[in-house]
Amino acid sequence: MISVLMFFACLYPFFLWVGLGLTGGLTANPPEYLIRSSGEWALVALCVVLLATPLSRYARISVLLKHRRMLGLFAYFYSILHLLGWAFWEQGFGLEAMWLDVVTRWFITVGVVAFVLLTPLALTSTYGWMRRLGRNWKRLHYGIYPAIALSIWHFWLVRAGKNDFFEVWIYLAVVFLLCLPRIIQLRHHK
Amino acid sequence: MSRFKIPQIAPSEITPEYIWTSRRKWLQRVGAAMGAGVLSSLPLQAWGREGISYGQRNPEFGADEKLTPEEDVTTYNNFYEFGTGKEDPARYGGDMRLQPWKVKVDGEVLRPQEFDLDDLLKLAALEERVYRMRCVEGWSMVIPWNGYPLSALLKAVEPTGNAKYVEFITDMQPDAMPGLRSRIIDWPYLEGLRLDEAMNPLTLLVFGVYGKALPVANGAPVRVAIPWKYGFKSGKSIVHIRLTEKQPETSWVRIAPHEYGFYANVNPDVPHPRWSQATERRIGSGGLFAPRLPTQMFNGYGEQVASLYSGMDLSRYY
Repeated sequence: MISVLMFFACLYPFFLWVGLGLTGGLTANPPEYLIRSSGEWALVALCVVLLATPLSRYARISVLLKHRRMLGLFAYFYSILHLLGWAFWEQGFGLEAMWLDVVTRWFITVGVVAFVLLTPLALTSTYGWMRRLGRNWKRLHYGIYPAIALSIWHFWLVRAGKNDFFEVWIYLAVVFLLCLPRIIQLRHHK
Repeated sequence: MSRFKIPQIAPSEITPEYIWTSRRKWLQRVGAAMGAGVLSSLPLQAWGREGISYGQRNPEFGADEKLTPEEDVTTYNNFYEFGTGKEDPARYGGDMRLQPWKVKVDGEVLRPQEFDLDDLLKLAALEERVYRMRCVEGWSMVIPWNGYPLSALLKAVEPTGNAKYVEFITDMQPDAMPGLRSRIIDWPYLEGLRLDEAMNPLTLLVFGVYGKALPVANGAPVRVAIPWKYGFKSGKSIVHIRLTEKQPETSWVRIAPHEYGFYANVNPDVPHPRWSQATERRIGSGGLFAPRLPTQMFNGYGEQVASLYSGMDLSRYY
């Protein structure tokens, strides 16, 4: 029951877009809005994934931890939408133009690398892969840390055009806060 | 620009913006009237409602494309004085004072003058021209502007032989422009043209759009439109025009010279460092599945302006 609720909660951005689309709320430039919005929601979902552990450890709320796989897959889902939005609305699915963008534009490169890092995590999210990989599964899934760092860097590079970093700083602060208990714990273990 | 919307208050409970702004304005006006003890010039924002005709469409400048819907033209704008979001100018522009409005024209001219808006409106016959507008960010519109060629104003002040450039200086109203608090731009916003570009018949001094007075978001009460250049070259809400001998140091060249040049001619062959300029998205046309359009050299106005740049390396002078 809770997992069903969780599933629909994770679809909130999707419903939001449909609602905005039906009421003309996607601005005068809907493709741009949807590309940006999907990217930001992917980042939000990654932050929620990072929240799962500290929330269960310090507040003893385990709902996120129990459904962390679903949250992670939704983060990947919104990343895919973000990537598809760019590929379709910016590049018209032209492979050559896409490749050119990836190799010549730093901020696209950084975003694509973040996406590539998340891909094996999504693919190995099943119990079968957990069993097969054993201890290495956890090691592999530490990939979320570089992926989220690159996502924020990507966001920073996008905003560099307008020197408008307010939201970027907020995400950076949130991610730092979420990583703080992990860093402290790492030092304890030494 | 996407912001997260978490619905906590039912939309029906929210006072519509136009009601609270009108209430606030009403209070301000009553306050001002009582304070000053006069009830004279009340139509503060209504500079466009004085029976001005914004002119007939000039068929010579009728782009054959479909016009961008008026709502998109007036609500999707870059005007950083009100914020960097595209909706910010329409949302926060309501407190800007548009009267009295004066435009000072000086520098390398024989007859420096300060024009009242009314004088400026009478200087030449207004006409409507449909121009394509290409933003450096990769989107475009088709807009019916109302105005007359800037050359009419420049001729009135008689540029001296030293005048080689024209600089546009935009208004600053700190209490009405929340964006001025951010230091993205070293305010005021400065733009400029070479004198021959400014004298080109395409360069329009604009007072209206869609046959009505310019809204604040589009640069009320007076702006320029230079259709073969990226949109940011067109200064909005102009208060000062200066003719100079040296090339003015314009705002975007100051901020990011590697991204935005002084000329900023629309050019599909010169990419922005962060995106290609080969194609553009036409705002308000055909929904989510409309393909991007190929961008034209000089935004399609090459016949009228290409000669201005003969012999120049346009990938160097971008």
